[in-house]
Amino acid sequence: MTDVPADISRIHASRRSRRGPSPIIPPQSVSGQSLVLVIAIMTFLSCLTLGAVTMIRDTAAVWQTQISREATIQIKPIEGLDMDTALGTAASIVSGFSGVTGTRIVDEQATARLLEPWLGSSIDFEQLPIPRLVIVTVDRSNPPDFEAIRASLAPEIPSATLDDHRTWVDRLVAMARSMVMIGVSVLALMLTATVLTVVFATRGAMSGAGHIIDVLHFVGAEAGFIAVQFRRHFLMTGAKGAVAGGIAAVATFIAFSWWSSMNMATPGGDQAAALFGNFAIGTSGYTGVAFVVVAIAVITALTSHLTVVAYLTDIDSRQPDGG
Amino acid sequence: MIRFENVGLRYGLGPEILRDISFDLPSGSFQFLSGPSGAGKTTLLKLLFMSLKPTRGLINVFGKDRARVTRQELPLLRRRIGIVFQDFRLLDHMSTFDNVALPLRVRGREEASYRQDVAELLKWVGLGDRMHVLPPVLSGGEKQRVAIARALIEQPEILLADEPTGNVDPPLARRLLRLFIEMNRLGTAVVIATHDLNLMEQVDARRMILSDGRLDIYD
Repeated sequence: MTDVPADISRIHASRRSRRGPSPIIPPQSVSGQSLVLVIAIMTFLSCLTLGAVTMIRDTAAVWQTQISREATIQIKPIEGLDMDTALGTAASIVSGFSGVTGTRIVDEQATARLLEPWLGSSIDFEQLPIPRLVIVTVDRSNPPDFEAIRASLAPEIPSATLDDHRTWVDRLVAMARSMVMIGVSVLALMLTATVLTVVFATRGAMSGAGHIIDVLHFVGAEAGFIAVQFRRHFLMTGAKGAVAGGIAAVATFIAFSWWSSMNMATPGGDQAAALFGNFAIGTSGYTGVAFVVVAIAVITALTSHLTVVAYLTDIDSRQPDGG
Repeated sequence: MIRFENVGLRYGLGPEILRDISFDLPSGSFQFLSGPSGAGKTTLLKLLFMSLKPTRGLINVFGKDRARVTRQELPLLRRRIGIVFQDFRLLDHMSTFDNVALPLRVRGREEASYRQDVAELLKWVGLGDRMHVLPPVLSGGEKQRVAIARALIEQPEILLADEPTGNVDPPLARRLLRLFIEMNRLGTAVVIATHDLNLMEQVDARRMILSDGRLDIYD
């Protein structure tokens, strides 16, 4: 008989008195830790994809809103045209249309600033045939009749043209929709890969638990009891990994958001902001991350439950087939 | 309590391992199940424990036809049977105490309600000082006694033991046998599968000898 040193017994005794009964499923194992890691990585990637799709969707919506909210009247200088009068006339004609919420004449200083990169800082408006602009703000829910505006402008100011940005808006809408569709497809693939990875990793982690199920079964545990033990254990395992992955994803978004705010005034930062907005995923993004975390934990628990039920069914229906 | 009538069992399409097995296991009885290695002792124990279904014949367990026992009823019937496996089947991450208490935990009992019973049983099998030790540091004989204590903790109506003395020296084998006899005196029917003739000679009990798939009973 092996003699166990008394101090080992005492150590175990003191542990018992602190913790109560040992858990039926061992709390930590190499496969269990690997499962937590796999779940954390897949949750992180899924949440990043979800956040990226949310950001693309929101940014695309902002592009559409901002661009289609404005139209521009461009007046080219021609012989005999009093530009200031023409600008005022154009603004007053347009203001009379319903759906127009405001007009703003881009003055000479502002025009000079716009052209400064190409023409330098000392622009002489008398010497150069520089067109002038009137910015028209429109009500998106009740847009004006742009054709009627063009028809009204043409006889009064022949050199005026109205650009309602329709071509730009149509192209942007098409591009934004394509990007959102691609993003949603990538998200669907990512979530499918995550589910499959979690399912197979959970089944792998459970493959070493067959002897526990056997013993529980032979000491008279009901299927429900065994399934609950495993479901609870793997729900905790899944939750650990999923929460870690979710927190890492949220931290990444916060870090990008912080970087974006720190670089707001720089050319790089402005370019990034123009393309991606302010790198914030918003409430819907964070809700989505929480949903992914919960869903992955539940999938892990569900997989373990189904695996246990299948194993028990196999034991109970076992026929003498050589086993 | 358990009755076999013309039970036969074959693995796959092979020959019958057990043929026309018929016997009764009355309450409070004590019997040895013996025979050469590979005679089918473990298979017969599996049939008794309802972890295998016969390919023919009738098995009646506690008044129920085995063929009609549902999956939901199986755990409830198994709780009336204690089993000691040849390979012990202890859970290595649980202490001796928790392994023995496992059948009570799976029935939803609180630890406070069984702590005293488990401690007393462990003392009774000589493991009072090994109560909180994990199985990997126990000797073969100690593991065997833990497995026996686990099978007995619920005071089963019948105890099935597969080679319970296969891993222990003769003095410990005698000690374990006394333990089974004591359980039998307390009303538990006992079936000990063994090919240890010395062990069988120590008790005047019914002998069930398996040979060539057939069972001979010597009362």
